[in-house]
Amino acid sequence: MTTLDLKGLLCPMPIVKMAKAIKEIEIGQTLEAVASDPGVMADVPAWCRSTGNELVSLDKVEKEFRFVVRRAK
Amino acid sequence: MAKPEEIFPESVLKAIGGKPVKNKLSVVVLSGDLDKVMAAFIIGTGAAASGMEVTMFFTFWGMKAIQKDGIMTGKSLFGRMLGLMNRGGLKAIGPSRLNMGGMGRWMFKLMMKQKGVASLSELYDTAVELGIKMMPCQMSMDVMEYDPAKDFKPNVTEPVGVAKFLEEASESRVTLFI
Repeated sequence: MTTLDLKGLLCPMPIVKMAKAIKEIEIGQTLEAVASDPGVMADVPAWCRSTGNELVSLDKVEKEFRFVVRRAK
Repeated sequence: MAKPEEIFPESVLKAIGGKPVKNKLSVVVLSGDLDKVMAAFIIGTGAAASGMEVTMFFTFWGMKAIQKDGIMTGKSLFGRMLGLMNRGGLKAIGPSRLNMGGMGRWMFKLMMKQKGVASLSELYDTAVELGIKMMPCQMSMDVMEYDPAKDFKPNVTEPVGVAKFLEEASESRVTLFI
């Protein structure tokens, strides 16, 4: 599984890139991403609720934010 | 997907103007300032990336956001004077406060670049890529003497009026005026 690199990007680019990347994987597959903007802690769960995709995990690892989303539809 | 009239009774459809609200965002962009246009595009692209249909209606100063770079608008004397004073598209616009004759624009752009914020041009390109519908206002266009055939960027729709915007807004869950 490759990791989508969202480091250095600020709002709204992390979710714009996520939206693009999730379309490139199959339904049921997961997408892992890493970001540096703390805004993703609120935005990624909200994006998942809006789009209906599943948030598998979201963790702060030192100064980075790592998350995994499963494409639901 | 089932049609609205198959799901809702006639009385309900009538109450909501015959049309159900869609997962859609409508934005009026009246301002032509860096900060405000930026807010409009950030919310627009964010909404489109979250699966919403997005329509942006550009009017008055907001039309600077969709005009081509490096063109001069206007036909009459006043029109050309306005075009001269208001020249430049997305790349030329400054913040609504603290512009200080262009110094503010330079400083804000530099600070945003250093921090990794997408530039207005990048946000515009993202909006196009995400399929955001961008509509210019016919009336402002007439007043300010814009030529729809040559002054606007290629992804902009035909000019529209208030009724068209209201049609878009009435079927939108979220409508903003910026």
